[in-house]
Amino acid sequence: MSTLVAILVDGIIYASWLFIIAAGLTMIYGVMRILNMAHGSLYALGAYVAASLVGAWLRGGHPPLGSYALLVLAAVLVGVVVGPVIERGLLRFAYGRDEVVLVLVTYALFLILEDAVKLVWGVESYFVSEPYGLLGTIELGDLTYPTYSAVLVVVAVLVGIALRFGIYGTRYGKLLLAVIHDREVSATLGIDVGRMYLVTFTLGTTLAALGGALTAPTVSVVPGMGVEVIVLAFAVVVIGGLGSMPGAALGALIVGLVRSSAVHLLPQVELFSIYLAMALVLAFRPRGLFVAAEARKI
Amino acid sequence: MTPSRQTLGGLAAALVATLALAPILPKWALFLVTISLAKGLVVLGLLLLMRTGLVSFGQGLYYAIGAYAAGTAADVLKLRDALPLVLVGTAAAAGVAALLGLLLARYRTIFFAMLSLAFSMILYGLLVRTPALGSTDGFNVAARTVLGLDVAGPVGRFGAYGLTAACAFVAALGLDRFLRSRLGRLAPAVRDNELRVEYMGASVRNVVHLNLVVAAGLAGMGGALTALTVGHIDPEMAYWTTSGEFVFVAILSGTGSVAAPFAGAVLLELLRSFAYEHAPNTWQLVVGGAMLAVILFLPEGLWSLFLRRKGARA
Repeated sequence: MSTLVAILVDGIIYASWLFIIAAGLTMIYGVMRILNMAHGSLYALGAYVAASLVGAWLRGGHPPLGSYALLVLAAVLVGVVVGPVIERGLLRFAYGRDEVVLVLVTYALFLILEDAVKLVWGVESYFVSEPYGLLGTIELGDLTYPTYSAVLVVVAVLVGIALRFGIYGTRYGKLLLAVIHDREVSATLGIDVGRMYLVTFTLGTTLAALGGALTAPTVSVVPGMGVEVIVLAFAVVVIGGLGSMPGAALGALIVGLVRSSAVHLLPQVELFSIYLAMALVLAFRPRGLFVAAEARKI
Repeated sequence: MTPSRQTLGGLAAALVATLALAPILPKWALFLVTISLAKGLVVLGLLLLMRTGLVSFGQGLYYAIGAYAAGTAADVLKLRDALPLVLVGTAAAAGVAALLGLLLARYRTIFFAMLSLAFSMILYGLLVRTPALGSTDGFNVAARTVLGLDVAGPVGRFGAYGLTAACAFVAALGLDRFLRSRLGRLAPAVRDNELRVEYMGASVRNVVHLNLVVAAGLAGMGGALTALTVGHIDPEMAYWTTSGEFVFVAILSGTGSVAAPFAGAVLLELLRSFAYEHAPNTWQLVVGGAMLAVILFLPEGLWSLFLRRKGARA
């Protein structure tokens, strides 16, 4: 029984983390048709900026509770600085090219960002575990969880609600839906598609960085930490359906639960169980669980 | 056909030059060229896929299968000569592709890229957790002879080099012939318009499936040769960044010529060994920048510069 609870709780925690990252990825794909391979690097960037900010804050002797605000600040900072630079400086020159070419462009971007991070922060690792330990722990039956994990779940739910409201409840979100539906018709109706792309990419970058910033206190921040996150996020959005927000939530839950079941029941299959799930979904529903099949165009 | 004869001449000249250089080259250069040619074989397979309109982010799967099959055959079947080991690696990779192709041949664009990536990551996950195959450390592979010549002997020590060069020659020539055949010409047709190919009475699925198997066989051959040259294999060969590197070389070289993948691979390895010495932390930055430049300004690859000059002269 306690194994079952542990699987569920661990799975949900892992899913929350995955959802924050994958939501950004699926949003960028949904609007811009770009499968962003650099998403993991943006995640890493968020972690590095968060580690630096929180580190400096704590060394300055400021109250440690402020570090939570800094985690969010780090994500926003990366989003509004790096996001527009990439979108305006690079991606807009590649719009209209084949989807696969866009994947390659972001793959090149991934390579560049990996080294850019090393140039700025060096190759040593950073630790900022204070925000993680500060909140104490929660007892769940005979299991103990850090309260920080609960915060992660809450943040993921808030992100989900905010995105849902933002897309369906606001004027801006409705314009975004129009762009997703048909870019050209939206443009003729006077929607500034270029600005939509800019906002979308900035928001997506912020979400990736938020995932990284919230992870920073729980791990050591090292070069290459984004490399595996990319394929995990891919697995999530592919399972749910590229460009679908509820799909990203469901995909994150599936991957989270598959992984935690594997970890608790059969640790040998942990890594490959996730990709097996991804391959199975692709095999039976190539466009993911939440996206209807597209009619073939001649 | 004259262009084919031209290719034959060019490739044969390249092979003779490569073999003649062997005694003069220092040891590190021999190693570098051998590895480059082995990886060039994988890229040659990607070239075929790209002509079909497919980009695979999972060629590492077949690369690793070729290497692990060769390694396992050396251990279990007690095969001691390099050539049969390479053939085992090639056949194993092609066999797996024949099976996976039943599914993969139905996929296009990013779905093809994603599914091939998922397959390679599955293998990576399996290899990492298989103690019998050395888990994350992998294991050592060694061939004692190349075509019966002892690898410690005066001629045999160039064995891996010569064998790789010969494999690259045969593969490039064979693929060139294939691309000029009726079946090979269907590849770009599939890329341009699948429906018309079907109306013409050809099976798109079969063309794609066949090209998948050929590309996988080449990747397996490259993997086996890499294993024998390096003497060691590990699961990283199946990781997605390995596949990404192959895609990079394929983009760099373009699909214009069967020689381009080898030239691209040698260029990359040279750049890499140079960068490792002088700027280890900016290596990927340079690679990424070069890739962006090629994608944005030279969509047909570096080889197109060469072709354009030739065309202007004629």
